[in-house]
Amino acid sequence: MKMVNLKINGMSVTVPEGTTILQAARQANIDIPTLCYLKDINEIGACRMCVVEIKGSPKLNASCVFPVAEGMEVITNSKRVFEARKINLQLLLSNHRRECLSCVRSGNCELQKLCRDYGVDDEAVFDGAKTPSKIDDSATHMVRDNSKCILCRRCTAVCDHIQDASVIGVNKRGVDTHIGCVFDEPLNTVACVSCGQCIVACPTGALYEKDQTDEVWAALADPEKRVVVQTAPSIRATLGEMFNMPIGTNVEGKMVAALRRLGFDDVFDTDLAADLTIVEEANELVERIKNGGKLPLITSCSPGWINYCEHYFPEFTENLSTCKSPQQMFGALTKSWYAEKLGIDPKNIFMVSIMPCTAKKYECKREEQSVNGIPDVDVALTTRELGRMIERAGIDFANLPDEKFDNPLGISTGAAVIFGATGGVMEAALRTAAEWITGDSAAPVEFKDVRGTDAIKEATYKVGDLTLNVAVTSGLRNAKELLESIKRGEKNYHFIEVMACPGGCVNGGGQPLQPANIRNNVDLKALRAKALYTQDADMPVRKSHENPVIKEIYDTYLGKPGSHKAHELLHTHYTKKSRFQVE
Amino acid sequence: MSCKSCASAFVGTEEQDKKLRESIASLQGDHSLVQILQAAQEIYGYLPKGAIDVIASELGISSESVYSVATFYSQFSFNPKGKYAISVCLGTACYVKGAGEIYAKLKEKLGVADGGCTPDGKFSLDACRCMGACGLAPVMSINDDVYGKVTPDQLDGILAKCE
Repeated sequence: MKMVNLKINGMSVTVPEGTTILQAARQANIDIPTLCYLKDINEIGACRMCVVEIKGSPKLNASCVFPVAEGMEVITNSKRVFEARKINLQLLLSNHRRECLSCVRSGNCELQKLCRDYGVDDEAVFDGAKTPSKIDDSATHMVRDNSKCILCRRCTAVCDHIQDASVIGVNKRGVDTHIGCVFDEPLNTVACVSCGQCIVACPTGALYEKDQTDEVWAALADPEKRVVVQTAPSIRATLGEMFNMPIGTNVEGKMVAALRRLGFDDVFDTDLAADLTIVEEANELVERIKNGGKLPLITSCSPGWINYCEHYFPEFTENLSTCKSPQQMFGALTKSWYAEKLGIDPKNIFMVSIMPCTAKKYECKREEQSVNGIPDVDVALTTRELGRMIERAGIDFANLPDEKFDNPLGISTGAAVIFGATGGVMEAALRTAAEWITGDSAAPVEFKDVRGTDAIKEATYKVGDLTLNVAVTSGLRNAKELLESIKRGEKNYHFIEVMACPGGCVNGGGQPLQPANIRNNVDLKALRAKALYTQDADMPVRKSHENPVIKEIYDTYLGKPGSHKAHELLHTHYTKKSRFQVE
Repeated sequence: MSCKSCASAFVGTEEQDKKLRESIASLQGDHSLVQILQAAQEIYGYLPKGAIDVIASELGISSESVYSVATFYSQFSFNPKGKYAISVCLGTACYVKGAGEIYAKLKEKLGVADGGCTPDGKFSLDACRCMGACGLAPVMSINDDVYGKVTPDQLDGILAKCE
């Protein structure tokens, strides 16, 4: 690799050819500010926040897209650079609805931080006509408020390049330029998959999840309601970030303690339902292989993926596992088995789930996701919403004691906790399927080929006399590639895991926001996933079917995996839809 | 197919649909989206949502990606044109000679907004920039007929000729 020598602020730096000035500066521990730039997602040099002086060049240049050259001399911190950045910020503010006191992103807004850093004390200096806009709150999961949009295009880039939905884009031009859907129709009328990746990409308060914390506060205050909470596997690996803890800190014990202090009657773990999902899904896989059922079987835990499959690849809906997602299974079980156990009317149970995901808000409102008219889950909150509840309640999160989940629905296994990362569902299923097929309880526990954040992971396992071809992918553009290779007849798999968000739930659209200067420099997905794999390795029980509560539930209630009762409560169906003309 | 944002329901003929698909097939290739949009507008008189969806589907991109490009160019219209397509020049010369008032009066008389079409499909109204007849300002046109030195009190007479 050819190396290039340059000077940044008088310091010598040597970097590989092709490196941008922005990346080279980062290596010299200089953080050049950005707004539109997101590594590998949006590299368009549009916002001009990252401008720098290059000796010999009369104008300022955008460092995010400017490659280094031998002998180049770069200044990132001159008066001229600072002034240019400040004027850029003032111009952005001239068309920005400044309600920073109550904005959901206040204190966590990339625009606000830069205005503070660059001493923008006259924020109204360029005020004039504003681009007309209205708030789009039509979707179940999120809100778009273009009055706070700075047109950085990070949301449209992620929707197109990463998630292959491209339901939002840049409409019109000049002062009328805005982000919107086709014909500027509301978001709920287009084939949005509800993944929320646009929200975590947004630097300002223009995009945010539909806040449902008030519904939860109301339920907690209602003496008639038994308010039960479940937490998804990945929340324990990310919630700490809401309280400035290092990325990848496992805060399971403090999370449980905080939920108890918020007043939830039962603090349970979605992980138990992840174990249940594995038992049902492994059974489904073995049945489909034995009885010549539709293969490959594709996992159904990720509701963003389900939306994508229904709208963009309806020909694959029969491949989807009929298993409900762990969130929904948990709700169904709580409002049946647990309600009966307690002797209370399921109508009086208020089921709250804490999810890494905005699509979960959509999933729990789907008609198919209820039993006898009672929704399995009443409210799905994102990790961010839970963080805000804890903050409002004045709970000193970092200093909470570590507490344990309640019994019985808080008991789980190592197989369940890795559900939160790409490859986790596959590995958990393989642990159980391998033992069932071979009848050998010493069957392997770790399947490392399916771990990691590669776009598409493939593996072949010999299980008894069966050869099992599996594939794992995350990010919907990667899923598209995988499905198309199957359609072209190039690939032949038995079992596929798809998660909508790149890296899986640890990187979900409901997870804590990290600014671009963090996202561009550390691998969030890998750091967060590591917390889950570490927990798995330390757990005494690492196979879903060995979960003692799962055994009890089958023995006393469901019968066996795939039973009539299991189907009634734990399975669902899908609908073929179109990516056009969604009404 | 219908579109909520358009005043009148979109009814495309099978022949139009066939023509559009032929145009896409002949123009398909890199950087051809604008030509395809021009062809579609030629066929339908404007860009209906149904046509945008067909283009997106044939090119394997999203409808929004097509719409995004189309809205960048002022040459594309998303509203159906009436049997009588009225354009009022709002260029500098016409504007100082009172074209703004002509345009406002027409909106009022026809009961339509910018770029709109009457519910019976008879009239559509657009503003345009310079027809190259500044000496006749203010200028308006109905289909291919140009009217010069228009005054507000002539409008009823001009519209009455359209049957």
